[in-house]
Amino acid sequence: MRIAKDLVAASSTPLVLGILTEEESYGYAILKEIGERSGGRLEWTEGLLYPLLHRLERVGYIESTWRTPEGGRRRKYYRITEAGRGELAEQRRQWAAVVDALQDVWEATRSAAPVAPPALEA
Amino acid sequence: MSADTELEAQIAAWRGYMLRQRGVSPADADELEDHLRSRIEDLTETGLHADEAFLIAVKRMGGVDELSREFAREHSERLWKQLVMTADPDAPAASERRRDLVVMVVCAALAAVAIKLPALFGLDFTGDADAPALFGMRIEDESGTFYPRNLGLFALPPLALYFAWRRGIGRGTAAAIVLLFALGAVAANAFPLDQESQSFALTAIHLPLALWLVVGVAYAAGEWRSGHRRMDFIRFTGEWFIYLALLILGGGVLTGFTAGVFAAIGVDSETFIVNWLVPCGGMAAIVVAAWLVESKQSVIENMAPVLTRVFTPLFAATLVAALVAIAVTTNAIDVERDMLILFDLLLVVVLGLVLYSISARDPAAKTGVFDWMQLALVLSALLIDVLVLVAVTGRITEWGFTPNKSAALGLNLVLFANLAWTAWLYFSIIKGRKRFSQLDRWQTDYVPVYAAWAWTVVLVFPPLFAFA
Repeated sequence: MRIAKDLVAASSTPLVLGILTEEESYGYAILKEIGERSGGRLEWTEGLLYPLLHRLERVGYIESTWRTPEGGRRRKYYRITEAGRGELAEQRRQWAAVVDALQDVWEATRSAAPVAPPALEA
Repeated sequence: MSADTELEAQIAAWRGYMLRQRGVSPADADELEDHLRSRIEDLTETGLHADEAFLIAVKRMGGVDELSREFAREHSERLWKQLVMTADPDAPAASERRRDLVVMVVCAALAAVAIKLPALFGLDFTGDADAPALFGMRIEDESGTFYPRNLGLFALPPLALYFAWRRGIGRGTAAAIVLLFALGAVAANAFPLDQESQSFALTAIHLPLALWLVVGVAYAAGEWRSGHRRMDFIRFTGEWFIYLALLILGGGVLTGFTAGVFAAIGVDSETFIVNWLVPCGGMAAIVVAAWLVESKQSVIENMAPVLTRVFTPLFAATLVAALVAIAVTTNAIDVERDMLILFDLLLVVVLGLVLYSISARDPAAKTGVFDWMQLALVLSALLIDVLVLVAVTGRITEWGFTPNKSAALGLNLVLFANLAWTAWLYFSIIKGRKRFSQLDRWQTDYVPVYAAWAWTVVLVFPPLFAFA
């Protein structure tokens, strides 16, 4: 199953902010994390991830530092800021509203699903 | 081990390709490289060979064009910012760039100080005399002969110093450059040249040219025999000229505002502008323009060839029209001094147009309409050169040799030789008998002729004509 482009784009900001809320991370690890969380169904490209990270940094939701872990490579780590947490909370409320509405609709259609279209029945 | 070095080479190549994309800064390349390496590590852990892992990692990364387009969309400001200096603190090359900036500032300051140094010894310039003299336009004025004579000696040594520093030139080359500048200083000041004399004006024009080619030696880091380095310097000269023109435009606006604002509040700023702002700014601009060319080479390079492309047809049309007018009216060319300078400049411009278009040309590309246009340009310039030569020789046989006429005759002969052979080579190239590299070669081989001629005028002409 492939998830539509619009849906991937809409969910990208809360996903990145959510992952960074748990702990600071770097690009490759974030990408892997997203693949694992979605069971491989969300496949992000680097062309999506890095410009997104840079945009979130520009608007101040996350901040970055270059660090060299022991025995490792120089790497750019991202960390969420207070503004980022606020944005995440806001996004969460919005997503909850969307999910609630969808749930309602799914419930309604599930009961309607087995029934054939009314026009034919008549 | 060899697999590792091979992998490193592949990653380096990939990184280089990435960096050439618009909108990808060195810091982004670092970040993406880390990403690539992480993925390669993961893939090799699952049992793949390094080269296989590299291929898959690059493939997963997506097309470089696509990636850079996304970067450019997020960082659209970068496309502009790259035009000015962006000392990205993340970039590993930042320290080098900062060092270069410091060197430039020091050299520009030296150039600004150099023009004010003589004032310490009472050689002041006053009134509106210096501003035109600064750009070599009007050289006979009441302010004396010191500044016009030494025009090339203020900013060009700091410029040479900048290149010497940047390129880390050898001791022998440095000594040669210093000697040549000293020779220029002696030539400018040792001869008893009257400010009314023709030799004085000739020295004021030719010495900066001679010294500019000395800067070229510093630019080439001593490899002035190499045709490639010479071509680089020719390209540099064109780009430098464009940047300098832009800086002068900006400087003019600044000067206008300075004068206007201070006039509005009743403070007379003329002395400051004339004695400090214009001369110091102008001298510093010479170094700053060179620095801009050097540090922005990869960003808006090849400005000169673009302009060449636009103006070659227009100049060709103008020259042909002039020739037709001469033929119809049968008016001979007026060989007053101003006219001679005008025609010499015209020939130099034509030569420049040819040079910059061949310097940017893909040598493998087929010849086309544009090449015919260039040939027409060169041929009409050649015809005009012949007309000027005829006029000058006519005057010389009638009135005898004077410094001005001899200089005009010599320069026209120098340009004639170049243009004639260029026309022949160009014709052969269009006919497919010769290659563009030969034309390249001819032009770079010819550069020492200009140097020799400029030094001859500066060193030999004054004594030859008894300082007339």
